[in-house]
Amino acid sequence: MLILSGIAIIVLGFSLRLNPLPVVALAAVATGLAAGHDLVQVIAAFGKAFNDNRFVTIPWLVLPVIGLLERYGLKEQAHRLVGRVRAATPGRLLLAYMVLRQIAAALGLTALGGHAQMVRPLIAPMAEGAAQEPSEEDRQTIRAYAASADNVGVFFGEDIFIAIGSVLLIKGFLEQNGIAVAPLDLSVWAIPTAFVALAVHGIRLLLLDRRLKRK
Amino acid sequence: MITLGAVYMLAGLLFAAVSVLSAGDRANPRRIRNAAFWGLLAVSFLAGNRLGDFGNGLLVLALVGIGGIWGLGLGRPATTTAEERRVSATRRGNALFVPALVIPATALIGSFLLKPFAEPGQATLVSLALGVIAALAVAMPWLRPPPSAPLQEARRLFDSVGWATVLPQMLAALGAIFATSGVGDTVGRLMTAAIPLDSRFAAVAAYTVGMALFTLVMGNAFAAFPVMTAAIGLPLIVHKFGGDPAVMGAIGMLSGFCGTLMTPMAANFNIVPAALLELKDRNAVIKVQIPTGLWLLAANTVLMYALVFRR
Repeated sequence: MLILSGIAIIVLGFSLRLNPLPVVALAAVATGLAAGHDLVQVIAAFGKAFNDNRFVTIPWLVLPVIGLLERYGLKEQAHRLVGRVRAATPGRLLLAYMVLRQIAAALGLTALGGHAQMVRPLIAPMAEGAAQEPSEEDRQTIRAYAASADNVGVFFGEDIFIAIGSVLLIKGFLEQNGIAVAPLDLSVWAIPTAFVALAVHGIRLLLLDRRLKRK
Repeated sequence: MITLGAVYMLAGLLFAAVSVLSAGDRANPRRIRNAAFWGLLAVSFLAGNRLGDFGNGLLVLALVGIGGIWGLGLGRPATTTAEERRVSATRRGNALFVPALVIPATALIGSFLLKPFAEPGQATLVSLALGVIAALAVAMPWLRPPPSAPLQEARRLFDSVGWATVLPQMLAALGAIFATSGVGDTVGRLMTAAIPLDSRFAAVAAYTVGMALFTLVMGNAFAAFPVMTAAIGLPLIVHKFGGDPAVMGAIGMLSGFCGTLMTPMAANFNIVPAALLELKDRNAVIKVQIPTGLWLLAANTVLMYALVFRR
């Protein structure tokens, strides 16, 4: 049971809204100690895991390009472009983006999209540009929805592609347990949920328009 | 074989530049802390493999101390004003989108072309780095900014994201510690012991909800899947009640993704965007996603119950 102390620290730390970095480090140390290692071993294990996972940080490499283009008005242009389209609303625009993101992910093109490359410089300013005189609070809401459209699109699209990591993980795990399934079978059964996700979040995006208009 | 070594080198040089530029920014009262934080990250990317495990551990603790406890400041790199940006946008128009789209285009083509020569998953990251270089090669001669502009603008964005830059990597490291310490197996045992699973529906619901809950805690459905499937999915849904393993696996994983929508532990998807979009509430993205996550979890439970026993 002591092994779960790390989880308790995480839950407590996040619910108290403490800075996550020390919370995560403390959780790692507590878990390692509970597993019977000494402090030096635990710090070394955490350091090794941090070093092995450096690839997680690589997507930040796009920031010089995004920042440079922002310097010359990329966000303003995204905002302007959409402001001219009369039929555009934040909800409709985000719905269109989510559909494209989901289709692209289903074809294995998960690299098309993402928060640093697409949402911050393009999608969020476009969605704000489609709103009519949004208040600062509305802008915050629209941006949060923009991030959610990217997430829902990619999560519930990618499993339809047969060579994505999660499908291969399922196949591999079942194989280890003596059950052979074809990746295509797994992909097919991801389709019903994909449609439900599109419907549920799509409706919520359109409801966002009504909420913004009411104010 | 193409490896990530060169990409790490590139990232290390970027962090080093951000560190040096931070040190010289007199407008930031905490510039020494910023310089130290980005500098340590540069050391990790440039020389991480030569520091030894304990050395890397001390480096992480220093990052935590400076970024998480001490606190970073906000640099003020020279950039354009809102008015200058509006004028530039009017003058340059939609051509501004071209360099931004060069990155995903290169990443896409590159990940197909490089796939045979790289480790799985690495082709995408290598292509992303190539895409960044290609985009700069297009943008720099066209816009003719001061040579330091890409680095200064990157610093502006890195400072606004701040400590959240390293959170996804720290959580991935925590996940590795959880895995080697057997945290997952303990949680799986507790969950199965707590619920009576004598009906088909109870087994399916325990599995889908368990996947979501476990993912909430671990921040990653991939970590939850083997544990929950070994504890509930295979013994009950497949072996006892004769369910279809393909349906169970596919919808089980997607139930985990419902959890991913609702947890700060999935920092890449939920906390980092809040920082990137300059949201005041760092949980704003999660709050927007919770209703969708709950509806989808209910839908997944019903779908699995309807589809897994269909034969």
